[in-house]
Amino acid sequence: MKLKNEPLLALYATMLTIRLFEDRIVDLYARGEVPGLAHLYIGEEAVAAGVCAALRADDYITSTHRGHGHVIAKGAELKPMMAELFGKKSGYCKGKGGSMHIADMNIGIMGANGIAGGGLPIAVGAGWSAKWRETDQVTACFFGDDASNNGTFHESLNLASLHRLPVIFVCENNLYGISTCQIMHQPITDIAIRSTSYDIPGCVVDGNDILDVHQAAVKAVKRARAGEGPSLIECKTYRWRGHHEGDPNQGERYRTKDEIAQWKEKCPIERFVKKLIKDKVVTRKKLAEIEKQINAEIDAAVQFARESEFPVAEEMYADVYV
Amino acid sequence: MREITYAQAINEAIRGCMLKDERVVLLGEDIGCYGGVFQVTAGLQAEFGPQRVVDTPISEAGFVGASVGAALTGMRPVTEIMFIDFTTCCMDMIINQMAKMHYMFGGRGKVPMVLRTNIGAGRGTAAQHSQSFHAIFMHIPGLLVVAPSTPYDAKGLMVEAIQNDNPVVFVEHKKLYIEKGPVPEEMYSIPFGQAEIKREGKDITIVATHALVQRSLNAAEQVAKEGIDAEIVDPRTLVPLDKETILNSVKKTGRLLVADEGHRTCGAAAEIAAMVAEEAIYYLKAPIKRVTSPDTPVPFSPPLEQAFIPDEKKLIPAIKSLMAYA
Repeated sequence: MKLKNEPLLALYATMLTIRLFEDRIVDLYARGEVPGLAHLYIGEEAVAAGVCAALRADDYITSTHRGHGHVIAKGAELKPMMAELFGKKSGYCKGKGGSMHIADMNIGIMGANGIAGGGLPIAVGAGWSAKWRETDQVTACFFGDDASNNGTFHESLNLASLHRLPVIFVCENNLYGISTCQIMHQPITDIAIRSTSYDIPGCVVDGNDILDVHQAAVKAVKRARAGEGPSLIECKTYRWRGHHEGDPNQGERYRTKDEIAQWKEKCPIERFVKKLIKDKVVTRKKLAEIEKQINAEIDAAVQFARESEFPVAEEMYADVYV
Repeated sequence: MREITYAQAINEAIRGCMLKDERVVLLGEDIGCYGGVFQVTAGLQAEFGPQRVVDTPISEAGFVGASVGAALTGMRPVTEIMFIDFTTCCMDMIINQMAKMHYMFGGRGKVPMVLRTNIGAGRGTAAQHSQSFHAIFMHIPGLLVVAPSTPYDAKGLMVEAIQNDNPVVFVEHKKLYIEKGPVPEEMYSIPFGQAEIKREGKDITIVATHALVQRSLNAAEQVAKEGIDAEIVDPRTLVPLDKETILNSVKKTGRLLVADEGHRTCGAAAEIAAMVAEEAIYYLKAPIKRVTSPDTPVPFSPPLEQAFIPDEKKLIPAIKSLMAYA
């Protein structure tokens, strides 16, 4: 598979948008402008960007508590997203969901999800729905390494395989469930081997290599769309920040500085930039322009969020029922 | 009018909705050729095929969560949990996902699904197949909770549940499945939040749910011989609750007995009693009383189970004790 220049730059722009958005949240959280929990995706951008680039606008995703990257990659607008993180009425969820529940059914975002493993059965349902409605929509389901220990992982892979549902299960193995490292939470190294129990294809990819991720996703999406059933893709990656902003010392209670530094060496964005320059896809100057444009969009989103109104107390009672 | 059972009435409602709306699909354990352990879905897989009436593996979180995902994307699943006891295996999907999606997403997305399950002791099935903890779902904003007591109500409420755009927990009662009653052949729906007065009376209000409705009617006939005229109000849906009908009845009679098969503590009866205490205490001539299951697990041994079940033997003394207040 060889991508042309334009899609390559789109992959870059998606990753960079996620990175710069999250960098801004670090600052806004520290200033107290973003309340609650912010689980940042910095370091894992290649997974969301690589997978979502393989999807159509009418395809679905289910996401996780660490969902900003997924929803940006699926096409969420930055303004209502930022406003939601601020708890403003103009946010995606009118300020009722916050960071962990951003959803937009118009572009197939079935919600980030505060429950580890919670999105897997929901993705199965979206896949089932596509089959019942006789569409060729595909659902990509993101979850973490430790969620693969939850019953929902096993129930979902079993159901999806049994009914050959168009779902791609994307495990973001960032090596930690909060503070619990993979060797403490499961006896296996490659989660992808669990696919054999459900008789579906499973593969391990370098989650910090966007082309590796994208290629695997394209293959899985093609299979799903053809009615051949689900796949499991395990992306080996790493989160640079703590579990959430406010995690003491950004996770250095349970990880060494060396380990974090080693993973930063494998930055998915820098690696991709080097490749783009080497392959003469783009110039440094053009990349700087893209970065400037993204920063301007984020500035506008922050301004929009700041200037938006908070919901009034009575709005608490709306939307409990349809 | 012809008479059919409560189970048949629910079946008819589901079948009618499936004929009319191809978005209606059924999921659950042993609901296909087996027809469900209580035969509620009998014949539906034969008629609509195994793609629309799906026998699921024993994966409650998996298939209830899948129902949520399907509902969010345009389907109308009617999903069976074989016994309410087994909802504990998928509480995250019910409480954190199904109930909250619409709210958490600020209205961007709805979950029009029905989760069917059943309560009730009396079949010798002990502590994990006989519970009546439907009140748990009343505690979760975003869910509608339905409690039919007759075949007529069961059919009309099921039609409404399937057509409703909210997630509905449809709580059946396993002792009622074989009870017969008059049910029209045509399709009809009963709006949620409309209680029905099953017996008019002037001396005491009995708000009763599920099997306690018939047991209260029996008790009312017994005490009528002693000149006590009981009014029986069946809420039919616990969420939304028709407060107005209950309060009007209490204001008329001045006495309230609440009868529900859930445990005593934090049960549906407790909620209804509290509501009346808040809104109509000055109309009461006597303290509010509850007839419920005790705060013990459901015991197995027949004499213990019989002692556990709230029925006429508990209702009649409770009615008489309230009538002792002038």
